[in-house]
Amino acid sequence: MSQNVFAPWEDPNEKPLIQFKNVTKRFGDFTAIDDLTQDIFAREFFALLGPSGCGKTTMMRMLAGFEAPTEGKIFIAGQDMAKIPPNKRAVNMMFQSYALFPHLSVWDNIAFGLKREGKDKDAIAARVEEMLRLTRLSKFAKRKPHQISGGQRQRVALARSLAKAPKLLLLDEPLGALDKKLRQDTQFELMDIQEKTGTTFVIVTHDQEEAMTVASRVAVMDEGRIIQVATPAQIYEAPNSVYVADFIGDVNIISGRAKPTGDKVATQWAEGQPDILGTTTTKFDAGQEIHFAIRPEKVAISTEEPQDAANKLQGKVLDIAYLGNISTYHVELPTGHVIKAQTANTRRLSRRQITWEDKVWISFTDTAGVLLER
Amino acid sequence: MRRFVLIAVPYLWLAALFLIPFAIVLKISLSDVALARPPYFPQLDLSTGWEGFTSFFAELDFENFWFLTTDDLYWKAYLSSLQIALTSTLMTLLVGYPIAYAMARAAPEWRPTLLMLVILPFWTSFLIRVYAWMGILSNEGLLNQFLLWLGVINEPLTILNTNTAVYIGIVYTYLPFMILPIYSALERMDDSLLEAAEDLGCSRLGAFWLVTVPLSKNGIIAGCFLVFIPTIGEFVIPSLLGGSGTLMIGKVLWEEFFSNRDWPVASAVAVILLLILVIPIILFQRNEQKQREAEG
Repeated sequence: MSQNVFAPWEDPNEKPLIQFKNVTKRFGDFTAIDDLTQDIFAREFFALLGPSGCGKTTMMRMLAGFEAPTEGKIFIAGQDMAKIPPNKRAVNMMFQSYALFPHLSVWDNIAFGLKREGKDKDAIAARVEEMLRLTRLSKFAKRKPHQISGGQRQRVALARSLAKAPKLLLLDEPLGALDKKLRQDTQFELMDIQEKTGTTFVIVTHDQEEAMTVASRVAVMDEGRIIQVATPAQIYEAPNSVYVADFIGDVNIISGRAKPTGDKVATQWAEGQPDILGTTTTKFDAGQEIHFAIRPEKVAISTEEPQDAANKLQGKVLDIAYLGNISTYHVELPTGHVIKAQTANTRRLSRRQITWEDKVWISFTDTAGVLLER
Repeated sequence: MRRFVLIAVPYLWLAALFLIPFAIVLKISLSDVALARPPYFPQLDLSTGWEGFTSFFAELDFENFWFLTTDDLYWKAYLSSLQIALTSTLMTLLVGYPIAYAMARAAPEWRPTLLMLVILPFWTSFLIRVYAWMGILSNEGLLNQFLLWLGVINEPLTILNTNTAVYIGIVYTYLPFMILPIYSALERMDDSLLEAAEDLGCSRLGAFWLVTVPLSKNGIIAGCFLVFIPTIGEFVIPSLLGGSGTLMIGKVLWEEFFSNRDWPVASAVAVILLLILVIPIILFQRNEQKQREAEG
C-alpha cells in the first residue's frame, strides 16, 4: 500500500475527533445503543449502516446533542459533550426531511446559522455566496424552499449545515428522498464537497450501496451494536460475520462442519457432496460450525465440467435474472441448496447458451469465499 | 347547468337572508322617524302608481347619517367598540396562543380529546354561559367568595358591570376562535425545524421567535380577525356583564331600536357598523387567499 492512503485509524499516534466510550442509550425498556465504543477520526467520511431501529440515528442524534447517553461518555475533540447543548456544539446536522425553514428564502436559510453567530453583514454575505457557489445554487438564492426541486432542496440543506464550517457534519439519510439517478450524482458531489471542505462527515444510511460509495469507513450496526467497522472493500471482501456478509451485497451462505486440512479448511456441508475448500487465517477446530460465504460474481457457471477448479458442483438452472449488464443464475443443487452465480453479459443475448432447466457446473477457487464462525 | 344551480343555491340564500334585509335596513336608515306603525316614513305606496314611487324616493335623505356626526355619543361608541375589540383580541391572543401551542405539542393520541374540550362549550347556549359569568363575577359571586375564603381580599371586588367583566366575557367566549386556527398552523409544523434552528445556534426561545412564531403567523392573523370582527358589534356581553360606563356600538344600536324606537337612526348606526366591518373582513379574506396560494 502506498503512503498516501487515508487511513488514520491505522495510525496509533492519531488522535480521534470523536470518541464513544461505553455509551449506552435506553428509551424506557428499549436499549437503542448497547455499550458502544468507537473512534472516528478527523476528515473521515464515516458511514453508519444498518436496518431501521438498529440505533444508527440515535448515535447521530447523540453527536448533535438532541439525545444524551444514559451511560458512558462522548468526546468531540477531546471535550466531554455531556453538558453541552446542541446550539453550543461545533457540529451541524443535515436532516432527513431537510428541515428547511419554509418562511425563509434559500439565501436566508443558509445565512440562518451565521446570523446567530452575530457576524457582521459583509462576512455573512460573503460566506453565503461561497456556499451558494459550492452547491451550485446561486440562481435560486431568492426562491423559497417550496419553489425549488427536491435535489435543490437537498443542496440547500447541505449548504446550510456547512455554512458555519462545523468540525463535524452529520448527515441523516441525506439522499433518501431523491430518485436513483440523482442520488448517484449527489453521492459523488458529497464526496467532492467533503474533500474540498475537509470537514468530518458522519452519514447515517440504510442503503448499503450509498455507504460503500461515499464512506472511508463503514460501520455495520445491528440492535444497538456495531458489528464491523472497516473500509468498504474490507467489509465486502472480508466480512466478519454472516450478518455483515448478508447485509452488504448479495451472498451465498453454505453452513457445515469445519475440517482443517493443511493450510486450508474444508467445509463438510452435505452427504455425498464434495467438501468446499477455503482459505482462512482464522483457526477452526475440526467439527466446529462453519459458514462458507461467497459472492455470486465469484462463482463461475459453465455447461461443461471445468478442469482444475478447486471447488465444483453440479446443478440445474432454476431461474435467470437478466439485469442488462449482468445476469444472475439461480442454480439448484441436488441437496436443494440454491446458489447464485453472476456473469457479466459481455456477449449479446442470442450468443449465450445457458437456459432454464439446463444441467450446469458451478465452480470457484479456494480463495474466492470467506469462512465465518457466526 | 348543474353547476349553475349549485352556485345559485348559496347565492339565493345569501340574497334572501342578507342582501334583502340589508336593503331594507338601508332604506329605513334613509327614512324619517314617525309616530306610526312601522315607526318610520315614507312608506312605498304603489296604489298611486308612478307618482307614489317618485314621491317615495324624494322623501329619502341622509339626514340620519348627518345626525350621527352631530352627537358625539355615536363616534365615541364606535371608537370605544374598536378599542375594546382590539384590546380583547390581543388578550385572547395572549391566552389562546399558549393553549394552542401546548395542544400542538401534546402527544398525538391526546390531541383529539384536547380539541374536543376546546369545542365543548359550544354545546351550551352562549347566553347561558354569559349568565353563568354573572354568577361568578358578582359581588356575592363564586370568585369573590373564593378570594375572601383565601384571605387575599377583605371585601368583595366589584368586577361585574365594569369593563373588566366585559373583557373576561369576550376572551372567554371567543377563545376557541383564536385557539383553533393557531393550533392548526402549529400542528402542521415539522418538529425537526426547531431542532434545525437549535443545531444552527439558536436557543430554545430564539427558535420559538424565529421559527415557531413566523410559521404560525397565518393562524394568528386568522384567529385575530375571527375574534375582532364579531367583537366590534358585540351586544350581549357588554349589556349583561358591562356597566353603564361600557360604551359599545352594539348597545347603542339596541337602545336606539328598542328604547328610543328611532328605527331610522338605529339603521344608520347599523349601516356604518357594517361599513367599518367590511375593511377587516376584506383583509381577512386576503390573508386566507395568500395562505392558500403559499400552500398550493
